[in-house]
Amino acid sequence: MSALLLRDLRLALRAGGGFGLGLAFFLILVVLVPFSVGPQSALLSAIAPGVLWLGALLACLLSLDRLLALDYEDGTLDVLATAPLPLEAALAVKSLAHWITTGLPLVIAAPALGVLLNLPVAGFGWLVVSLLLGTPALSMIGCFGAALTVGIKRGGLLMSLLVLPLYVPTLIFGAEVARRGATGMDAQTPLVLLAGITLGTLALLPFAAAAALRMTIK
Amino acid sequence: MTLRLTDVAVARGGVPVLSGVSFTLEAGSALVLRGPNGSGKTTLIRTIAGLQPPLSGHIEGAEERVAYAGHADGLKAMLSVAENLSFWAAVYGRRDIAPALAAYALTPLADRLAGSLSAGQKRRAGLARLMVTGRAIWTLDEPTVSLDREAVAMFADAVRAHLGAGGMALLATHIDLGLEAQMLDVTPLRADARQRHGASDEAFL
Repeated sequence: MSALLLRDLRLALRAGGGFGLGLAFFLILVVLVPFSVGPQSALLSAIAPGVLWLGALLACLLSLDRLLALDYEDGTLDVLATAPLPLEAALAVKSLAHWITTGLPLVIAAPALGVLLNLPVAGFGWLVVSLLLGTPALSMIGCFGAALTVGIKRGGLLMSLLVLPLYVPTLIFGAEVARRGATGMDAQTPLVLLAGITLGTLALLPFAAAAALRMTIK
Repeated sequence: MTLRLTDVAVARGGVPVLSGVSFTLEAGSALVLRGPNGSGKTTLIRTIAGLQPPLSGHIEGAEERVAYAGHADGLKAMLSVAENLSFWAAVYGRRDIAPALAAYALTPLADRLAGSLSAGQKRRAGLARLMVTGRAIWTLDEPTVSLDREAVAMFADAVRAHLGAGGMALLATHIDLGLEAQMLDVTPLRADARQRHGASDEAFL
């Protein structure tokens, strides 16, 4: 399993691996927001948690089509399916690699972008905590969506349509944690629910993703 | 240690392609599948490798013992040959890739990116992957495509060595490798394509 993780990380860092694409998208999207809503610092600071969360979610979505499609095309998934490693574990590891190369950089970059959006000082910690807790669920749900659509030619749009509704609970509670934290309210309830969603996702979706993938490569 | 198929029927895209496939493969022996294009050789091999369930019949002795090599080589273009093989060796809980590199004359290419290899060199690296798995049953689908004559000889030697060590090989190929192998012509086993089992949903997926 560590071999698979290391291989995916190494591939992401090599040329054409797509590392940083999601991050660059996130940066540009958030930088564009002040241009589009105008230089009203009160309005920006009110929408900052929601914009940062939406940006992180879209950046995550953008990189999902590489998660399994490349391995499907070059026959790696066929061989992995016949390997001693359970397919469930392989997909969980691939989601982890996706999170490390996509989700984690977003978490780290988010505070810097919070400054651009005039995020209140109290909100920075909560923003990082909510993204840290929420983005693993985004990668795992995305892996499930990718497994469902991997056999379909140009299935990227279909995957987005399948995955975005599944992102809704994570987005609601994640953005709520960041918003309540930024406005000085108690954020414990949405934080606990966000953690619950993420843990439930990590526990169940590897099995769903593996079942979907077995159907695809059949 | 035998691989036994009893009255196996297989389908592709919901359409049955072969039925009544029965054979026994003993340790140290090879079986070559013959038949025209579209006769179901690939589907049969994928079924034995466990990538899809048979429509009916039994496959004994294949569980967790098959190394599968399909039309695609499972190589990552941006990893070197050695990195690709080391990865697969680690997946199968093994480490030593030097014999596999040597058997296919890949040692000088070990540090080249797989994406920069020629088609035949890629195929050799893909075949070398079977050796690092340490699995007993090799299932090979058209293994000699894009190989030159010397590489075909390397491949035949590798299969012979594998059989000599008590392994088994199941090959779908049109080339005579000079192996002592049983032949199975799948042409007479063609299934009646009109018996469709759950055709609509499977064909859609």
